[in-house]
Amino acid sequence: MNDIITIKNLKIEGRPPGGEYVSIVKDLSLNVRKGEVLALIGESGSGKSTISLAAMGFARPGCRIAGGEVWLNGRNIMALSPRERHALRGDEVSYVAQSAAASFNPALRIGKQVIEAPLWHGVGDAAALTATTVELYRKLDLPNPETVGQKFPHQVSGGQLQRLMAAMAMSCGPDLLILDEPTTALDVTTQIEVLKAFKDIIRDQGTAAIYVTHDLAVVAQVADRILVLKNGEMVEEGSTDQILHNPQHEYTRTLMAAVRPAPHLVDHVRASAAQATVVSVRNVTAGYGALTILSDVSVDVRAASVVGVIGESGCGKSTLARVVAGLTPLRAGKIMLDGQVAAPNLNDRPRAALKDCQIVFQMADTALNPRQRINDILGRPLEFYQGLKGSARADRVGDLLELVDLPRNFASRYPGELSGGQKQRINLARALAADPKVILCDEVTSALDTVVAAGVIELLKSLKDKLGVAYMFISHDLSTVASFADEVVVLYAGRVVEQGPSKAVFSPPFHPYTKLLLSSVPEMRQGWLEGVADTSEAKAASAGSVVIGAKGCPFSNRCALAIVGTCEKTAPPIRELPGRLQIACHLPAAQLPLT
Amino acid sequence: MLRIISTRLAQGLLTLLLASIIIFSATEILPGDVAEAILGQSRTEEALAALREEMGLNRPAIVRYFDWLGGMVQGDLGTSLATKRPVADMIENRMWNTLRLALLAAAISVPLSVALGLWSAMRAGGRVDKTLAMTTLALIAVPEFFIGLILMKVFAVELRWFSATANTRPYFDFSENFRALALPVATLSFAVLAHMMRMTRSSVINIFTSPYMEMAALKGLPKRRLVVRHALPNALSPILTVIALNLSYMVSGVIIVETIFGVPGLTRLLVDGVTLRDIPLIQACAMIFGAVYILLNLLADILSIMANPRLRYPK
Repeated sequence: MNDIITIKNLKIEGRPPGGEYVSIVKDLSLNVRKGEVLALIGESGSGKSTISLAAMGFARPGCRIAGGEVWLNGRNIMALSPRERHALRGDEVSYVAQSAAASFNPALRIGKQVIEAPLWHGVGDAAALTATTVELYRKLDLPNPETVGQKFPHQVSGGQLQRLMAAMAMSCGPDLLILDEPTTALDVTTQIEVLKAFKDIIRDQGTAAIYVTHDLAVVAQVADRILVLKNGEMVEEGSTDQILHNPQHEYTRTLMAAVRPAPHLVDHVRASAAQATVVSVRNVTAGYGALTILSDVSVDVRAASVVGVIGESGCGKSTLARVVAGLTPLRAGKIMLDGQVAAPNLNDRPRAALKDCQIVFQMADTALNPRQRINDILGRPLEFYQGLKGSARADRVGDLLELVDLPRNFASRYPGELSGGQKQRINLARALAADPKVILCDEVTSALDTVVAAGVIELLKSLKDKLGVAYMFISHDLSTVASFADEVVVLYAGRVVEQGPSKAVFSPPFHPYTKLLLSSVPEMRQGWLEGVADTSEAKAASAGSVVIGAKGCPFSNRCALAIVGTCEKTAPPIRELPGRLQIACHLPAAQLPLT
Repeated sequence: MLRIISTRLAQGLLTLLLASIIIFSATEILPGDVAEAILGQSRTEEALAALREEMGLNRPAIVRYFDWLGGMVQGDLGTSLATKRPVADMIENRMWNTLRLALLAAAISVPLSVALGLWSAMRAGGRVDKTLAMTTLALIAVPEFFIGLILMKVFAVELRWFSATANTRPYFDFSENFRALALPVATLSFAVLAHMMRMTRSSVINIFTSPYMEMAALKGLPKRRLVVRHALPNALSPILTVIALNLSYMVSGVIIVETIFGVPGLTRLLVDGVTLRDIPLIQACAMIFGAVYILLNLLADILSIMANPRLRYPK
């Protein structure tokens, strides 16, 4: 038997603060062979992270392994003493977490952290280990492999940090690697580099791996076998090919059905006929402190339409929403709300202007006051904007809850009693309480599971039809934007690189950056990763990093088609193409990428 | 980073200036002035007027403020009304007594409280943690003078190990100095220990929940290394702040300890100054306490800025 790890009848219990232990994982068994990648998939709360940690004999505070056996390299680690178990971690088995930015200690140099585990476990001395890790950095395509270890975590980019964490996990030469959503926090373009790095390293070292994710397209690229989990129980297990193409269990089929098709395959919404403009952003420049984020951005949102704003993290998507809402005052340009020039600062806007423009944030949890009942959360804006009191207010709260497909009696609950999707619906209802003309949706579905997110999108669509409200829909998820938005704005380093009707943006000709974004969205096809990682676009893109405030075209340092001597020096002209499509690029229309 | 530090220094100076304004105006508001204080009961209107004229007290307050401030900057703290000696001379030897007490107490209490705080954090919820929590809470709750008196009763009166007064003499050797200073230093240490220890414990425990601590635990490192190597460097900033607060308390707030153990220190001098309405002395002492307080906080801020790699190594 060449299993690296075998888990038999694992039972894990968890205890909410002050509560009793309840079962989280029930009677789960799995095994992973040498050189094999097993993916654990399921929605949040399915116990996939908990199980992966149990493979190290580790339970998070508030959890305990209540029963079962975990055999690692032929030893039952549950029977070992805590000291012996410690000795295995960071030696025979190592861990890659979701967010490298949070998992590196900000106070220590990267190199020290990378070799800490093998040094502690006596695998080698510091000099020899540093030499090995430099090789590892080189293999992972990290820039400046000799010196990157001297840096502090905040000095390198997120994608590089994620690869450095892979190096940290591999530095001890583990037999088993546990990867817990290692690319979920990354942009699609960086995800490719990181996935490729993981895959290469697992193949080269013949390491067994447990890969935890909810992203089926990612699973298709890296996994040999898939185990589907629901509520801590195994639903189905099989080869990647079988699960993706021939799922047996009802639940697996639901999961597969919720996967959104690639952006260019979506049936695009037809841009509605000329409607009044409710939000008009004109040549806006804005930033924080000395930093300028947005420069010269112009966007229009028409009544009862959806404008999708896409781009990588840090490109200014959220800043755009904050500028429109008046939370971040603009420096130049102007914002028009319903035909009237709006004051740059929220505090100077009249109540009517505030009422017209509402915002819904990404983190449903933090946007709701945990000490207020839903009744008060929704009642406050009703009182403030509509002057409703007493029973009129209570009735309206009930109506709002029904509008977002929640039962009326939720009014007496606290946010803590609701699920993530329900909280996001409450946030939406709170925005609707003002009876706005436009709602700024800032990554409203990003923190939700696929199935739940699809429900929220459906709700947004029906509200638009029912109430005639418009959305500025900010998201890094291209597929969602493609299926939902009438018009799309592509932001890069705070500038609009392409905008137009959704169908025109998601079909050729493309801005080189839009093309990179689109080709980076993982596809369910196995082997897609190898194909895309080798393209000249992907290589050019991973060579540079985002520069805010570039003199010429901000994308020129990552563009495979850049015209040397022009692109990096002068700002690109805006090319007007048929079908109201605008592309900011030095390339003549005929030379823009077509596929 | 240099810019942040220089801004912080400038802020420190500004605070000191504000403190000087407050101190000056506070002594100005007090009923009576220096002339009245000097002449005492035997004053006549004519004598008062003459003395005021002579001392320049008839000039506007703002002029006298800048006069006083200018003297301070040049190291001239004024002349005491009670003793007619320069205030600087009076303060000099008193300051040494207070500083020695504070420095000794700091040298003992700071390392001890940080170590106990880390130990307690490591065993959070355990027996060690609970015992330490109870002891330190009791120490916070009991007033200093009570602790001082108990220590004196037990170790000086009953056991006769240490001396009950802290009045040292220049010809004292080490063991005599030790006997004299042990009790006041211990009392002072007890007063500040609890605060610093609890802050160390809670700052470190706060960091336990961060993902990098879980990561470090999953590297198979023992708890001791997690706490000292991974949590402590990130908890430094709040710990330094509370240490600075406690150290400045030790300099300016030792009045009780100085009184109980008869230490001829700076706070005793201040109290004497208030009794005698020796206004230049009060002002000088208050300025010194203010400066020490501001300086220590400044130092803590600069150290936490330097301990933060984000500020030390910008992108």
